[in-house]
Amino acid sequence: MREPEILYVERFRILHNDYEHGGDAAAAIKSILKELGIPQEEIRRLSIANFEAEMNVIMYAEEAEMELQVLADAVCIVLTDRGQGIPDIELAMTPGYSTATPAMRERGFGAGLGLPNIKKNVDRFEIKSAVGVGTTLRYSISLKHTPRTGEA
Amino acid sequence: MHLRELSTLLDCEVVWGHDLLDRREVKTCFAADLMSDVLAFSEPGALLITGLASLQSVHAADVADLTGILYVGGKRPAEQVLGLARQRAIPLLTTRHSMFDVCAILREAGLKPGCKD
Repeated sequence: MREPEILYVERFRILHNDYEHGGDAAAAIKSILKELGIPQEEIRRLSIANFEAEMNVIMYAEEAEMELQVLADAVCIVLTDRGQGIPDIELAMTPGYSTATPAMRERGFGAGLGLPNIKKNVDRFEIKSAVGVGTTLRYSISLKHTPRTGEA
Repeated sequence: MHLRELSTLLDCEVVWGHDLLDRREVKTCFAADLMSDVLAFSEPGALLITGLASLQSVHAADVADLTGILYVGGKRPAEQVLGLARQRAIPLLTTRHSMFDVCAILREAGLKPGCKD
């Protein structure tokens, strides 16, 4: 199968424990998608997923690269982290299951809703993880209209 | 009601966003200290009522398209939080009332829950 053409790509680096910048990548992507004329409801869904995913890296991984890919019919995120990995993905996807520390909970996270909430907000979701190596998340929202990347 | 009316009703201090008070209308509210809940269950356009005055409260309100943040129990966000709110155009208010009282007063005043199933 032919790979879909990527109209726009940008990468963001996320670091462990960097709570001060937790949300910056999600905010930057939100601005880009607004510029590209993506409908507000789709931006909201993807932004929520991105913020959750970004906080997951800050809380649990060592570092990660979040790649935004804008295609003609979808916006995709590929988040590749280096870190401890997830031993039991099914368990991690269970709403309410959490390994959060008090420091994470103090910031309003760690309720065990992160991964399920990412999945809930996107149209396609894929997770692969290797213990001691890291986790890769791929998710996307579908678009009815091609983004106006030429003008952006 | 507009944020200005809400601000008077709850004796709020406007931390940031004086210029937006007459322009932002509040019809629904979502109250939580857990940002995970805000991201999972809030509806766009709701006012966030929270006791968590962190940077993440502003990010959560931003990504979830919420109309503003009301901090309860006299919580006052740090300068850095205020800077982010300015950047994202999210008005911040603070009140000495407790979460319980704030919710009761706003419910009484006719505001609805901004919460998904």
